[in-house]
Amino acid sequence: MIGAEVLRIAWSGITANRLRSGLTILGMTIGVASVIVLIAVGNGSSQAVASRIQSLGTNVLLVQASGGFRGGARASSANTVSLTKADAQALQSPGLAPDVKSASPVVNANGVKLVASGSSYEPSSFIGTTPSYLSAHSYDIAAGSSFTQADVSEHKRVAVVGQEVVQELFAGASPVGQNMKVNGSNYEVLGVLAKKGASGAINEDDVVMAPITTVQDSLTGAGPIDSITVQATSESALNAAESEVTQVLEERHKIKDIAEPGFSVLNQGSLLETSSSTSSVFTTLLGEVAAISLLVGGIGVMNIMLVSVTERTREIGVRKAIGARRGDILTQFLTEAVLVSLIGGVAGVLVGVLGSQFEIAGVHPEIATYSIFLAFGAAALSGLFFGTYPAARAARMRPIEALRFE
Amino acid sequence: MARTSHPVIDLREVSKTFRMGPEIVVRALRGVSLRIERGELVAIMGSSGSGKSTLMNIIGCLDIPSGGRCLIDGRDASRMDEDDLADLRNRRIGFVFQSFNLVARTSALANVELPLAYAGLGRADRRRRAERALGSMGMGNRLDHQPSELSGGQQQRVAVARAIVTNPSLVLADEPTGNLDSHSTEDVLRIFARLHEEGRTVVLITHEPDVAARAGRVITLSDGRIVHDEAQAPA
Repeated sequence: MIGAEVLRIAWSGITANRLRSGLTILGMTIGVASVIVLIAVGNGSSQAVASRIQSLGTNVLLVQASGGFRGGARASSANTVSLTKADAQALQSPGLAPDVKSASPVVNANGVKLVASGSSYEPSSFIGTTPSYLSAHSYDIAAGSSFTQADVSEHKRVAVVGQEVVQELFAGASPVGQNMKVNGSNYEVLGVLAKKGASGAINEDDVVMAPITTVQDSLTGAGPIDSITVQATSESALNAAESEVTQVLEERHKIKDIAEPGFSVLNQGSLLETSSSTSSVFTTLLGEVAAISLLVGGIGVMNIMLVSVTERTREIGVRKAIGARRGDILTQFLTEAVLVSLIGGVAGVLVGVLGSQFEIAGVHPEIATYSIFLAFGAAALSGLFFGTYPAARAARMRPIEALRFE
Repeated sequence: MARTSHPVIDLREVSKTFRMGPEIVVRALRGVSLRIERGELVAIMGSSGSGKSTLMNIIGCLDIPSGGRCLIDGRDASRMDEDDLADLRNRRIGFVFQSFNLVARTSALANVELPLAYAGLGRADRRRRAERALGSMGMGNRLDHQPSELSGGQQQRVAVARAIVTNPSLVLADEPTGNLDSHSTEDVLRIFARLHEEGRTVVLITHEPDVAARAGRVITLSDGRIVHDEAQAPA
C-alpha cells in the first residue's frame, strides 16, 4: 500500500465518528497541554526565585546575627552576637580576609516618612550603609552621584533614592539637589538609582540609601547594626571569603561553640544552588503529574481503537478477502491511532503554549522548549504504543470469521 | 499464458474438519474432488449444513483444507501462510458477497480501487482501471457515490466491478442475489451471464434453483460430499 492511501484510509476512519474521535483527541490534547503548562509553571517559578537571588548579587555574602533573617523572629538564643561597624571594618582588612573586596555595615530604618514639595511617602526600605553597598548589590546611579565615604565619616545628611521614590515623592521630576524631610530632619538628595525592577515580593526601586552614621544618629540609634553585606573579590572566591568572614567574626566575638556561633553567613551562591535543586524537584514533580494525564489520554486512544476494531470487524474481513495482508491491516489501524495522537499532540502544543502566556497561581510560566518536544514525542509514542494492541488484534482476525461477524 | 494449461480449480480429496469441543468433531467436507475449467459458469448448490460454505471458503482461499490438496490456477493453496493466501486472493479471485460488503463511507471508485491498492498499483493506474470496471457495470456515472447512496442492485454492481477489476481467474459469488429484489436479481444474473460470455470463470454459490438454472454446470453438495455434478443447457 502507498503512504498517501494509508493516510487517506486512516483519516476516513477518524472522520467516520467525529464526536468519538474528537473526544479521544481532546484527551490527548489535555495531556500534552498540561505537560507543557505545568513544566512552564515549575520553570517560571524557579526562574523567579533564581532571578530574585541573583539580583541580590552572586558574589555577595550576607552576615546576620543568628536567626535574624526570615520573618524578623530573632533568635532568643543567649549567645546571639551583636554585629558592629567595627566588625565590618575588620572584615575589610586585607591581612585577615584577603578574598573580601568590601564589607558594608547595614542598618534598616522602619516606618520612615519622607516629605518633599508637599507630598509624603513611606518607602518600603530605608537603608543606612556605606558606598560599597551599592556596588556589592550592583546598584547604578542614573542621575547625580552617590554619597561618599567622606559623607559617612562626616555624618552628612544626604541620600540616594530609587526610581519608585522619585515617582511617588517627586512626581517623576529630577530630585537631585533637592531637599526632603526624613521623619522631620532635612536630607539632601544626591543621586537617583538606576531602575532594577521588582523581583517578586521585593521592589528594589522602592528604596532610600543614606550614610549609616547619619541614619544611626537620626533614626535607629547607635546600637548594633542589622547586617553586613560582604562582597567577595570574585564569584569563585566566594567560598574562601565565607570561611574568612566566619573565622574573623568567631575570633572577634570569641565564639567557643562553633556549632552555634550566634551569627550566620548567607552565601548567595549556595542559596541559588539549593533553590535551583529544590525547584527542579518541583518542576519534575509537576511534569510527572502531567505525564499521568498523558498516559490517561493514551489509554483513551487504546479504548477507542478497540471499539473501532470490533465495530469494523466485517470491513476487516472484506479487506482481507480482497487481498489485504496482515501488515496492511496493522498499518491501517496503527496509522489511525498515531494520527489521532498526533492531532491531539499538535492541539495540545497550541493550547499549552497559549495557556502558558497567562499568569498561573502567581507565576509567569516560562515554556521550556524541551517540554514541547517531550510532550509531543510522548503523545506520538503513546499513540504507537497504545495503538499496537488493537491494530494487532485487527491484523490477527481470520477472514472467514471476520466476514461472518454481524 | 502458462496458467491456461491448468484448471482454474483443482480440488483433490479435500476434507475439512472442525473441532467444536473436546468430544465433538464436525466433518464439513469428506473427500471432495472437483475440477473447474477456464470459462465455466458453475453453480454450487446444497442445503445449509451441506458443506457448501466450507467449500466456498476453500475455493476462495479464505481457509485451508484439513486434508487433500487445493490448487488454484495450478498453485497449491493447501499449505500457504496467511499473507500468501491474501496475495493469491488478491490476484486470482474476485469475491461477490450476499450483503455486498462494500467499505462504508468510501466512494464506489475507491471501493473498486481497493484491491488494486493492495496489489501495490499506482494511483493513476488504479483510477483508470477502476473507472473502466465501473463503466462496464453501467456505474460510470456514479463513481463518487458512497454505498449508502446506492440501491442494493447498484451496490452489487459496484461489488462485481471490484471483483473483476484485478482481472482474476475466478469470480466467486456467494448468494449474490440473496439480498436483492426480483428485478435486481435478474439484473445481476444477466451480469454474471455476460461475464461468462466474456470468457471469465464464474462460480455461484446458491440455494435457489432458478439461479442455478442459469449455470452451465450444477454441483450439488450434501453432507460434505458431492452428490450431483452435471452439465446442463443454461436457461
